[in-house]
Amino acid sequence: MGLRENITNPFSKWMDGNAPEADVVISSRVRLARNLASFPFPHQLSKEKANEIIHALQLAINNKKTRAAVGPMELARLAELTPVERQILVEKHLISPDLLKTREEETRALVVSGDEIVSIMVNEEDHLRLQCLLPGLQLEEAARICALLDDALEQTLDYAFSEKLGYLTACPTNVGTGMRVSVMVHLPGLVINGGIKELLAFIPKVGLTVRGLYGEGTEAAGNLFQISNQVTLGRSEEEIVSGLGTVTEQVIARERQARQQLYRYRRDALEDRVWRAYGTLRYARLLTGDETMKLLSDVRLGVNLGFLKGPTPRLLNELIVLTRPAYITKMAGKDVPPAYRDSLRAKLVREKLKDLPE
Amino acid sequence: MLCEKCQERNATVHYTEIVNGQKREMHLCEECAREEQVGSFSFSPQLNLHHFLAGLMGPETGRTFIPGNQLQCRACGLTEREFRRTGLLGCAECYEQFSSWLKPLLRRIHGTVRHTGKIPERTGGQSKQRRELQRLKQELQAAVSQERFEEAAKLRDRIRELEKQMEQGGE
Ligand SMILES: [Zn+2]
Ligand SMILES: [Zn+2]
Repeated sequence: MGLRENITNPFSKWMDGNAPEADVVISSRVRLARNLASFPFPHQLSKEKANEIIHALQLAINNKKTRAAVGPMELARLAELTPVERQILVEKHLISPDLLKTREEETRALVVSGDEIVSIMVNEEDHLRLQCLLPGLQLEEAARICALLDDALEQTLDYAFSEKLGYLTACPTNVGTGMRVSVMVHLPGLVINGGIKELLAFIPKVGLTVRGLYGEGTEAAGNLFQISNQVTLGRSEEEIVSGLGTVTEQVIARERQARQQLYRYRRDALEDRVWRAYGTLRYARLLTGDETMKLLSDVRLGVNLGFLKGPTPRLLNELIVLTRPAYITKMAGKDVPPAYRDSLRAKLVREKLKDLPE
Repeated sequence: MLCEKCQERNATVHYTEIVNGQKREMHLCEECAREEQVGSFSFSPQLNLHHFLAGLMGPETGRTFIPGNQLQCRACGLTEREFRRTGLLGCAECYEQFSSWLKPLLRRIHGTVRHTGKIPERTGGQSKQRRELQRLKQELQAAVSQERFEEAAKLRDRIRELEKQMEQGGE
């Protein structure tokens, strides 16, 4: 399947609900920032030079060693994709919104593997941003895959590297390992019991950052949070990965405990909340993006606690991406006004849930 | 709270920009946030990190900054002022050229100015060997101080071997 057909398919490997600790951790991501020696960083780069980088990378991904490491990958320039396709790539977490913030769409590109586990952004803030995205808690594995890709690319590309400061990046916050690891976690239990405030205060103290995936602070729509490392210099890759891993395990334990307590002591209220959410998703005629996120979060909680059997975690993950504005627009085939979007969104959710058991 | 751009829908995306030390809060609805590209799914964990950096660099850092005598990177031409504006360096060489004020900045961000992570296989040059040498020397010191002389002798031999290798392979 070509890259463009793949984009349209709402499923990405990271949405697979069958993964370690998937009841709390939706996905794990490792990203490496790399630049090529003797080229200015992208924002200082001429068109010609930027093109040279794309060509060099094209050769590097077709290299036998790269293919052996991560399988076949396809490169596309931003200019070859429609605005909606680009936005879908953002919603599938394959590229950053920053990659799209440009008039230089000829000289920006992305590389994606068939299963969308591995991707590379080209000429965003750095020349290359290697990414591995896996379902559930799999930070070590994601780091391993990223390292394989990195080693393979380094066979043909000369990286900007200094012995003292490590991999050199456009922004000094990424210098050193150039490594950013993150987990996307679903924390309805901690949001309901208020434990989230404590967590939001604790995480920055251990060198990590946390933010709501949609919205900020405790008002994160869909109760989805991203936790990632802040420091990239002076720590080894293993230390960075295990640091986030340890904290994530604590977060998982607290979240599970919160859910169990809610289920034990406020069972009626919790069940009512979940079933209402499920009912609304199945029958509503208008759904805003935020409401959908909130309802999906409630339904997921019911599924995780085991009393709601219908929807699979994978379907719920798909629905998160499917109900974002870009997909709705893609479905409608034109730029739709928000009000009409809400009606389309409700229709889409109804379709997806209609054949499921109660 | 209403979205401050369209004044129509509820503001659901909240974020703080720090520009030159000035904090500015933004409250937007999902649609407007998307237009503004403050996007829900962002790669960088901190939104507007660059503005944040610029804030960190601000006048309150107490560095002496002489206008008209602005530092400029010889390789790419980036000026210190541009870095303060964008939070981005222009090229690999900038790290050398601006090291006088970059070092304190890096220390504030990372708590250190020494890379201890991965070294690229092919383009890492002798970095790997140098780090190995450093490690061996530390081990040697420990072995000597703990009177593990047999081990120390072995370590000393390996150090000599490695030093010879580096001399031959050196530029
Ligand atoms: Zn608005
Ligand atoms: Zn420079």
